[in-house]
Amino acid sequence: MEMIQGVQIDLISAERLDRLTAMEKIRLILDDVMEGNIVILEKGLAPDEQSKLIEITMREIAPDGFSGIEMETYPIKDAQNGFLAKLLGGKRSETRLTVIGPANQLRTLKKEKDLISAWVSSSR
Amino acid sequence: MTFLVRTKRKISGLLKALFKKRTCRIGIYGPPNAGKTTLANRIVRDWVGDAVGPVSEVPHETRRVRRKEDITITGQNGNSITIDIVDTPGVTTKIDYNEFVEYGIDKEEAVKRAREATEGVAEAMHWLREDIDGVVYMLDSTLDPFQQVNIMLVGIIESRKLPVLIVANKNDLPDASPARIKSAFPQHPVIAISGLEGNNVEELYEQMTSYFG
Ligand SMILES: Nc1nc2c(ncn2[C@@H]2O[C@H](COP(=O)(O)OP(=O)(O)OP(=O)(O)O)[C@@H](O)[C@H]2O)c(=O)[nH]1
Ligand SMILES: [Mg+2]
Repeated sequence: MEMIQGVQIDLISAERLDRLTAMEKIRLILDDVMEGNIVILEKGLAPDEQSKLIEITMREIAPDGFSGIEMETYPIKDAQNGFLAKLLGGKRSETRLTVIGPANQLRTLKKEKDLISAWVSSSR
Repeated sequence: MTFLVRTKRKISGLLKALFKKRTCRIGIYGPPNAGKTTLANRIVRDWVGDAVGPVSEVPHETRRVRRKEDITITGQNGNSITIDIVDTPGVTTKIDYNEFVEYGIDKEEAVKRAREATEGVAEAMHWLREDIDGVVYMLDSTLDPFQQVNIMLVGIIESRKLPVLIVANKNDLPDASPARIKSAFPQHPVIAISGLEGNNVEELYEQMTSYFG
């Protein structure tokens, strides 16, 4: 019988993300990625959440097992000087669409300010 | 020295110690192999005559945060600052021990090095959230600055409202492109240097005294 190779992709909506705490988000992402899936977040993580994601990813790395994550997102749009930003009170940085996958399966081919090109392998 | 003078000195010393803000801690951050320890060693050598730690072409040479206290840097304009220099392990989102095996390190040692490197990265992130007052962000200017780690880390530093100087390192190499780094981070000052050969470090010192002072 022929094996069909594939990769599961999970798209998580901004609404769902907004309902979760920082640790719930990080656990959701890491558990999914450690199973070999690709996760796409409609809205990216806050800087503090990114910092904790890096830290917890490091704790999960094991020899010949999980080797970490590959993650891509666009630079934060700087709304600092905008009229709306001033109205909303100070700096409001907008986090953006983010793709996260296992480091050994997701490769970034090209990355520019406004274009991300990635490649996913199904072999683990 | 009379008793009175000595007492006066003691009291003024005590008052200073009470009211002095603790020394400003400047973290040198950036991806593995950017030249962080090379620069930290140069700063310490130039101003104290000592060293911070070993340098290597193998990534993740630094796997523990190291702090060197009370370094006074003086710019050409005569301004001075006293800071602690904090050399940090290169930050990444992935570590595979096989990368070290490719440098000729045997498996057992490579696995150990990988484990220490993961701890080092976690430690560096922790310092950034708790103990750092300003950042020198180092990049190898022969490489693409639009790496996710750089975008994430600079975003994290900005969100903590820490002053950041971006260093475009290795400008002694022919394919160095500080311009590419400037276009990636237009919101911050970028200084092109060679930490190895010392090109333009005076400019960096000058900027540090005004930026972190
Ligand atoms: N050509 C050139 N090489 C440099 C320069 N600065 C550092 N290097 C070299 O780059 C390599 C890495 O330097 P380190 O100072 O160990 O880099 P690091 O950022 O501390 O690396 P980790 O501790 O692994 O994160 C070494 O081989 C250095 O000799 C530079 O200005 N020019
Ligand atoms: Mg180092």
